[in-house]
Amino acid sequence: MKNEKKKILFGEFVTGAGLARALEMGAGKVVDEVKASKLRGRGGAGFPTGLKWELTAKQESDEKFVICNADEGEPGTFKDRLLLMEQPEKILEGMAIAGFAIGAARGFVYLRGEYIYLRKILEDAIVSMTERNFLGKNIQDSDFSFDVEIFLGAGAYVCGEEFALISSMNGYRGEPRNKPPYPSEVGFRDKPTVVNNVETLCYVPYIVTKGSEWFKEHGTQASTGTKLFSVSGDVKHPGVYELELGITVNQLLTEVSGEGAKSVQVGGASGLNVAEKDFDKPICFEGLPPGGSIIVFNHKRDMLHVLKNFMEFFVEESCGQCTPCREGNYRLLEGVKMLEKGECSVRYLKELEALCDVMKDSAKCGLGQTSPNAFLSIVENFKTEILYR
Amino acid sequence: MTTGTRAVADELQEILLNHEKDRTQLLPILVDINKYFGHIDSNAIIEVSRYTGVPIGEIHGVITFYSFLGQKKRGRFVIRLCRTISCDIAGKDQIVRVLEKELGIHFGETTDDGVFSLEYTNCIGMCDNPPAMLINDKVYGGLTPERVVDILDSFKLSEYQDMFGYGGVE
Amino acid sequence: MSEMIPVQIDDITCEVEKGTTILQACKCAGLRVPTLCHHPDLEVAGICRICVVEVEGMSGLQAACAFPIRQPIKVRTNSPRVRRARRVNLDLILSEHYGDCYTCTRNGTCELQDLAREYGVDRYRYPSTTAPKFRIDRSTAIVRDQNKCISCKRCIRTCIDLQQVSALETANRGHDVLIQTAFNKPISEVVCINCGQCINRCPTGALRSNMPNELIWQAIDDPEKHVIIQTAPSPRAAIGEEFGYEPGTSVTKKLNAALRRVGFDSIFDTNFAADLTIMEEGTELLTRLKKALVDGDSSVKVPMFTSCSPGWVKYIEHYYPEYLDHLSTCKSPQQMFGAILKTYYAKKIGVNPDKMVVVALMPCVAKKFECNRPEMTDSGGKDVDFGLTTREMAVLIKESGIHLKDLPDEDFDHPLGLGSGAGLIFGATGGVMEAAIRSVYEIVTGRPVPFKGLDVTPIRGMEGIRDAALTIENPLPEYQWLDGITLKVAVAHGTANAKLLMERLKEGTLDYHFIEVMACPGGCLGGGGQPIPTSPEIRAARARAIYAEDHELVLRKSHENPEINQLYAEFLGEPLGHLSHKLLHTHYTPRGRFFLEGI
Repeated sequence: MKNEKKKILFGEFVTGAGLARALEMGAGKVVDEVKASKLRGRGGAGFPTGLKWELTAKQESDEKFVICNADEGEPGTFKDRLLLMEQPEKILEGMAIAGFAIGAARGFVYLRGEYIYLRKILEDAIVSMTERNFLGKNIQDSDFSFDVEIFLGAGAYVCGEEFALISSMNGYRGEPRNKPPYPSEVGFRDKPTVVNNVETLCYVPYIVTKGSEWFKEHGTQASTGTKLFSVSGDVKHPGVYELELGITVNQLLTEVSGEGAKSVQVGGASGLNVAEKDFDKPICFEGLPPGGSIIVFNHKRDMLHVLKNFMEFFVEESCGQCTPCREGNYRLLEGVKMLEKGECSVRYLKELEALCDVMKDSAKCGLGQTSPNAFLSIVENFKTEILYR
Repeated sequence: MTTGTRAVADELQEILLNHEKDRTQLLPILVDINKYFGHIDSNAIIEVSRYTGVPIGEIHGVITFYSFLGQKKRGRFVIRLCRTISCDIAGKDQIVRVLEKELGIHFGETTDDGVFSLEYTNCIGMCDNPPAMLINDKVYGGLTPERVVDILDSFKLSEYQDMFGYGGVE
Repeated sequence: MSEMIPVQIDDITCEVEKGTTILQACKCAGLRVPTLCHHPDLEVAGICRICVVEVEGMSGLQAACAFPIRQPIKVRTNSPRVRRARRVNLDLILSEHYGDCYTCTRNGTCELQDLAREYGVDRYRYPSTTAPKFRIDRSTAIVRDQNKCISCKRCIRTCIDLQQVSALETANRGHDVLIQTAFNKPISEVVCINCGQCINRCPTGALRSNMPNELIWQAIDDPEKHVIIQTAPSPRAAIGEEFGYEPGTSVTKKLNAALRRVGFDSIFDTNFAADLTIMEEGTELLTRLKKALVDGDSSVKVPMFTSCSPGWVKYIEHYYPEYLDHLSTCKSPQQMFGAILKTYYAKKIGVNPDKMVVVALMPCVAKKFECNRPEMTDSGGKDVDFGLTTREMAVLIKESGIHLKDLPDEDFDHPLGLGSGAGLIFGATGGVMEAAIRSVYEIVTGRPVPFKGLDVTPIRGMEGIRDAALTIENPLPEYQWLDGITLKVAVAHGTANAKLLMERLKEGTLDYHFIEVMACPGGCLGGGGQPIPTSPEIRAARARAIYAEDHELVLRKSHENPEINQLYAEFLGEPLGHLSHKLLHTHYTPRGRFFLEGI
């Protein structure tokens, strides 16, 4: 791969170095360093990780928890699968550092049910890390103890939303709840909890050892660091790529041999469909959604078929609580079916676009707020292709 | 086999005793029961309710929320074919036809001998090697009609060996 | 005093306590924000997304009901964005709701209908539901019509959180979500206690009570039938709300006039039977206490629980069947009355009990289930033929073309039409206990209760669980065994509070002698058959009306009711006597909480 020195996660790694450095620095400094790195959550929402830790560290509580969100369910995303498979120790170390920073003694990996085949790898890594005293009691002879358990999901995309994930762990339907209070205040077992994405946690040991300044040399000013991109669809070399945030769609397509694309779905089903005219736009928090899922479509693809696939996904995966998401996605899918038959008028399509705006504006959680993105962008990019067929 | 019979009831109790009597253990308990018995029947729901104190209706609400949990008895091998976009455009429909033809059932059904169930699943994170499917705890990517037939045969063989005491391959 | 936070809502600036929701703050500012899934009695859900508002600095709209104000904020409740979102979300709900408004019992009191009118809805924006998809469940006192359900989960939050009965569940996910009974079994087969609190909180007609109005008309129109109505105190303090009175207006005497005009042959006061209940239950309490405290008879269970609330009775049958021996064997006033009417009264007026139809006007949905219990046939047939809720009675009256406000005051019929203030306060939580204390204390000591104006204030109010202790000093000779004993009593309303009490009882940390439980929040006045809407304020107003009426009465103790004494003299003999036992007492059925065997 090109730009070797710009790799972070695919660069060198020595298990335990970050943890040892963190123990030297003290919890407060670790939080400060992560804050200074401007690391933002890699699950899609992009909340500043340091701030999340600071808010949780601040809470007075007899118990706190760190949860690694391994409920990777966004269509087209599989970078966490790769990390879980190939770099489990890095994840666990990131969790331990997070636990140290916020004052938690227990951590959980919320592993999606679909990834049950990764459980063994993760268990082995926990055992190995515990044997080497990177986990467990009095880590590296400090007074910090931290244990990690695996919590298995059972097939629900919405549980990737951190509030839903916590509801699920608390023994309820995985429905997102109202905020505030945030998990940093009321989380697992109603205790202060940090929920971080797998990839996010993996950057932590590097930030602690190499410093926030080094980390910020990667990416853009507002989107620091690199990002794992899960690339699939009509490309020669699908797979996981570590690239700097701020990369344009065109640059990315060159990296992955995806030339000649008709459009690219950036950020998964809940991201945006980007047509050729916008391939020069950057992927970062201030640009196209940097969730990491890149699905490439060539000129043979029927975009209405793609849209239908996405909408079926959302109709099924919505938790079904709030009106805009439960009914809205259903109406959008119904609209797609009308378009398929050539029965959707331009007027009704406008009505559905207005519905999309309201869903984005008033759905309760990220799922409903982002599910209309595909509809809006595909309809906008390919209106002539899909109307009155 | 319902979880009401004696030996089965003991196994159910064993699963329960592996977990704390706490609401946060509800999903882990249900996942374990579902894995062990292939489904969660009403007797199991009652026992879980007794153990955790969670009302049966709420337990049912939780079960119906997750696509991997179910009350309906599934086959010994649950085949979950990914239908999300990357697998879809990589020839999922052909795999659907192979599976249905080979097993003689439609998606959503279980073979008469209780060996295979066919289901769809949403994205299983195998988009770089599509089309893909899960069979119980194992994942299979890069499916072609030929490969599907081979995989099915290997499972049929393991079932056969299991039945005649040669030990399972699973 | 907690921290005050300045907020600006539209052009109004005000200060609110930290943690106040935007919805509450809007109310303080005199602004109306429409709601649908919100209910003052329930946990916040924030799911209908009707009450959304703009909060400056936040990207999306926020649900006003679910947004606690923690720092100074600027809110806009009437912007184009807000109006559009509300309208679209309303349209989405309407398109899923099977709205046959003409044939809906909630026509006129439906919150969805109100919103549609408020927002000037004149068409379905999205293709609407044209045919009902679900069969209507009429298996018991509560009727469930899922076609009208809008998934606001008010019933779920009522059943699971407020009442902790858990007969309902949310099933499935996404667009397939269903708000249903557990396992979608008929209501008659789940742990539903028929409290009907879900009906009071359903914004649409998805939940309602099983109306017997047609059958009652048939009986009234049948010249051979003698149709009797007994009215409970709570409907009298609430039915006015159906006719334009403010909550908390008691219309007992106007209602009597209305009932005569509707065509009932005799009109009686359930308070009379409440007094009878006190005589029987008070005697039972003293008998139990003597056996338990003096004779050391371990087969007798203390504390004794009241048994007037059929919701509570079914709750304990489901959830604590091992405690059924603690439940008083007394039938509820409704059922006692029915048994007396079809025996003593039938003979007195020379009417064949078979030709007698007893209707009970009740605040309660569970009373419908109660009168259909197989145990409730000691008079030979059904002791009470129909339980009629306050709402259903309002329909009967309106259908008769009667304007309640224009009617004169009229009295009950006699005998059996005289009730004491003690019987009257049965309508409020703590009332049965207070009535019992007024009588038991006086029977034991010969002196009135040592409370100003006979008001046993420690057990009044709306606190979930309340208790009191009363030491017996200088009792009459036959009650010497109670001398120096401190009687401890407790009151709980709402089954969630009952559950708390029962769990403490199980732990062995309770030493009460007598416990009153009412299944509904606020007691009967907050019953599932009462006018909609309900709220803590409305229930408090009804309670005030009931206590005020008690104060106006001369007769305020059950044991001083001359018609009760006449009944014992002419017919029953004595409390707990042979005939009482046959007609006024009952037994219960252990049901358990699992109903899944054989699914």
